[in-house]
Amino acid sequence: MSALELKERLVATRVWQSIFRHRYIDSNRNRALTIFSNVFLHVHPVKVPEKSIRFRHTMCLGGISFALFLVLTVTGVLLMFYYRPSVPQAYRDMKELEFVVSAGAFLRNLHRWAAHAMVLGVFLHMLRVFYSGAYRPPREFNWVVGVLLLILTLLLSYTGYLLPWDQLALWAITVGTNMAAAAPGIGPRFKFLLLGGNIIGENALVRFYVLHCVVLPLAAAVLLAVHFWRVRKDGGVRPL
Amino acid sequence: MDDQDKSQTGSERRRFLWLSGLGALGAASAGGAAVLLDFVHPKVLFEPPTTFRVGRPEDFPVNSVTADYERKVYIVRTEVGFFALSAVCTHLGCITRRMEDEEGIMCPCHGSKFAQDGSLLLGPAPRGLRRIAIRLEEGELVVDTALEVQKDDMLRL
Repeated sequence: MSALELKERLVATRVWQSIFRHRYIDSNRNRALTIFSNVFLHVHPVKVPEKSIRFRHTMCLGGISFALFLVLTVTGVLLMFYYRPSVPQAYRDMKELEFVVSAGAFLRNLHRWAAHAMVLGVFLHMLRVFYSGAYRPPREFNWVVGVLLLILTLLLSYTGYLLPWDQLALWAITVGTNMAAAAPGIGPRFKFLLLGGNIIGENALVRFYVLHCVVLPLAAAVLLAVHFWRVRKDGGVRPL
Repeated sequence: MDDQDKSQTGSERRRFLWLSGLGALGAASAGGAAVLLDFVHPKVLFEPPTTFRVGRPEDFPVNSVTADYERKVYIVRTEVGFFALSAVCTHLGCITRRMEDEEGIMCPCHGSKFAQDGSLLLGPAPRGLRRIAIRLEEGELVVDTALEVQKDDMLRL
């Protein structure tokens, strides 16, 4: 039996047809059905205008930033299997990832590089949107959502910085929380809540860990959904 | 006319129920927010104590500045008595360092300079080093980093 025949038989099975509810007729209607009947694919439009995939207009910067976000999520989850946010275990776990765990150094480095690249990417994306006037009415609110996403990106970088629990981490967080404490009125209280106390200790580490791995990524996911939805509803990415 | 009367009273009742529902939701949300805010405040802290002994008065020479970088304090003895300075820079929290030759205190992070009595000489720091409480207890000097005292406060011995 040839490979083609095997494939034809596979696609005709009840199991396959229960998973994939479309057939393989090449008509516009069936193409639309293929996209709509898939939860992952239906986030995208069935067809896009040729202009919107032209590289030179957007340089794919928003897409690159999102792709980096996915890389960070995947590498981050994998790193979580070997990292414990407690004192002094955190530093030892980081060392273990570097020198003992298979591909640990690679995953950690990829996480770090992707973080820096994502910050760069979102800044370039912001510049591109600004200089191409894509924030003008009716798109002003999406710009605001973008700024919030920028803040979340920077906060993710900041909270992640503490997790290795080394000297660099400690002093970066010292400076950052003291800057926050300088805010009038609520400053000192905000520092106390962020650190879970008066010093940078185990409370601070676990709070930053939860912020870094759960709260901020969830907030980013929600805002990303709004951000992409807005772009789609405004007619997709296209030169104005 | 009857129908109009009926619909008027109906709409008043509806409005009242709608507003009370909204009010209840608002009260529940406000209560929930208050409970959440209280939840994130830690009630018990496992932190090192802020009071500690630094030695007997005899251990410190007159007109000397003794640095304890571990506990982030400077013990200063003048001819008149003692005072303690916090070694934490008032700019962004780095630990300052005492400079032997220049007879001052410097912060390695951004270059702030302080005099031996803690007053600000130079740098991005907004004010001088905090003077903290020092007292004599059973013949030993005890420092409390959580208690700040006035700029000219001294333990006279």
